[in-house]
Amino acid sequence: MASVTLQNLTKTYAGGQLRAVNDVSLEIEDGEFLVLVGPSGCGKSTALRMIAGLEEITDGAVWIGDEFVNDTHPKDRDIAMVFQSYALYPHMSVYDNIAFPLQIARMPKEEVDKRVQEAARVLELEAYLKRRPGQLSGGQRQRVAMGRAIVRKPSVFLMDEPLSNLDAKLRVQMRAEIASIQHRLGVTTVYVTHDQVEAMTMGHRVALLKDGVLQQVDTPSNIYNKPRNTFVAAFIGSPTMNMYWAELEKESDTLFLRLGDNRLKLPATLVEQFSSLSQYAGRKLIVGIRPEDLAEASSIANADPSDCIAAEVDLVEALGSDVIVHIGIDAKPAEVRSSDSLDEIKSKAGKARCIARFNAKSQVRLGDTVTVWFDTTRMHFFDGETGLSILN
Amino acid sequence: MATVKTYDPELLRAERRKRENIRRLKGLGLHALLITILGVMLYPVIWMVLSALRPETEIFGDMGFIPTNWTLENFVRGWQLYGDLTFTQFYVNSFIICALAIIGNLLACSMAAYAFARLEFRGKWWLFAIMLGTMMLPIHVQLIPQYIFFLNIGWVNTILPLVVPKFLAHDAFFIFLMVQFMRSLPNELEQAAIVDGASYWQRYWRIILPLSMPALATTAVFTFINTYNDFFSQLIYLTDTDRMTVPVALRLFLDPSGGSSSFGGLFAMVLVSIGPVLGFFLASQRLLTKGIATQGFK
Repeated sequence: MASVTLQNLTKTYAGGQLRAVNDVSLEIEDGEFLVLVGPSGCGKSTALRMIAGLEEITDGAVWIGDEFVNDTHPKDRDIAMVFQSYALYPHMSVYDNIAFPLQIARMPKEEVDKRVQEAARVLELEAYLKRRPGQLSGGQRQRVAMGRAIVRKPSVFLMDEPLSNLDAKLRVQMRAEIASIQHRLGVTTVYVTHDQVEAMTMGHRVALLKDGVLQQVDTPSNIYNKPRNTFVAAFIGSPTMNMYWAELEKESDTLFLRLGDNRLKLPATLVEQFSSLSQYAGRKLIVGIRPEDLAEASSIANADPSDCIAAEVDLVEALGSDVIVHIGIDAKPAEVRSSDSLDEIKSKAGKARCIARFNAKSQVRLGDTVTVWFDTTRMHFFDGETGLSILN
Repeated sequence: MATVKTYDPELLRAERRKRENIRRLKGLGLHALLITILGVMLYPVIWMVLSALRPETEIFGDMGFIPTNWTLENFVRGWQLYGDLTFTQFYVNSFIICALAIIGNLLACSMAAYAFARLEFRGKWWLFAIMLGTMMLPIHVQLIPQYIFFLNIGWVNTILPLVVPKFLAHDAFFIFLMVQFMRSLPNELEQAAIVDGASYWQRYWRIILPLSMPALATTAVFTFINTYNDFFSQLIYLTDTDRMTVPVALRLFLDPSGGSSSFGGLFAMVLVSIGPVLGFFLASQRLLTKGIATQGFK
């Protein structure tokens, strides 16, 4: 096992005009499962390929363990990589696919056989060893690709969106399997995905990239609950976080949030906990609230009216486990661009769209006027100019 | 109130029958036309086959299409044209040249193609363009300088001028064919092999080459057919009778000076000489169209 260190890692194309990876510094600990996540084209795969040695490094350094590997050939980096397309050799049997790296390393036949059988047992592939990849299902192929990686017993696993070709059900299953194998083997793993669910569920830590720049590296819980900026806040979470321009108003010791025509009272505990919030009194900022932090006021015991906004229901999506309700509120949406942001979609009558996750028992219907309770203790506040969180 | 919908099943059946009859008539007409064209095209071949099976004197003497006397005498006489030196020797010569040409083309062209398709090196695109340019060069332009060169190094009247260039990736068309095929193979396969520790040679030999089987099969088939049928090069480079190949030997049946020509033997041996090409083509037809299953990619 080994740690992986990225120091000011940079990759430019077109003579430096296009920066795919921009000054990324990251320390991945020995045995850690780190997920690199971000929208398409954010540079996450490029960063992974630089660690693998498949992409030349424009600037910065990569260390695997104590070894500086910028100029080391991929085969000498003691890594194994799982590709998005699995990259199984279609003319070889499953056995030969798994054995390939060992045969290349001229390992004795008995040892090769022992390791292949062991990997096949771990991955439940014993019955398929004689088959060709073309005769396997998507999940089995994925396991063969994993087998080829684990059989070498490398110091680092690099995985480039290995689940993106699987259907939704299989993806959930393989997600758990990969996490379990990594946990069992304890091999340092860098996992690239654009799927936030994978990012949140699999990794010890998540590194979020945008336009080649590292936005935040933290535990899944902190990424979700304490996003460092508006991009992280908007990218993680589905449905995405509702974000609006707002103004903080101070009356005696109480802070109020002016959201268009609406005014919400901020709890004293929040103001006490985050003293920096008071400095924004009288200023514009961006406020964010996740759909699950909104509820139907009628379902909350003693809901304070100053925490509620009444709005018309535009759309109801009953998911069974809960109900996603789209409402139009009087506010100016903050333009945070992300792949699954709904900012552009305006609500009816020019109002800003607000998405709430209601209890499955909710009876709200299209066209109803519903009173929505805002859990103001769970609100996120960002600087209007920098987009950085005020609470962190 | 719901309307009652009715239809006449008999009328529907009659219309269907009418459509069916028109379709059949059209089919018959088309087939008649195609069979006529086929007959026109096959007539010379059938005439040659029948001529090989009738006595020499009847070939141009008897105007009937079907021979009156059937005989295999032309085959025996044709095979033993030179007494001790039979067609067996000519076939052996042809097959040796074909086999070496196939091995040479498969190895050398695939290696050159791998370099052009997969490796990065200085001047790659210039070299590729020059290689493509050689395809435009007419054979007549190359013929005399090549002959002089081979004459000077003492290779004339050996099979070397016919075989050695194949080991030096001489056929630009086959390189181009393989380059196009290899470019279509997913990059990730080779990158996986790089991470697995495979060298250039191992990547070429163990990954790219087996996956290029359809392109290799095409190259093998066309190299065989081209070499086997290559009358001109074999005529100018092979002068000794015992080194002659099948197409060159077939010429011996005809006396260009107006002397006696053995047309019966010629037709019989032409018929036999078609066999290997036809056989090779049929045997490899499956390989040509099969292609390697690439479902392992996604």
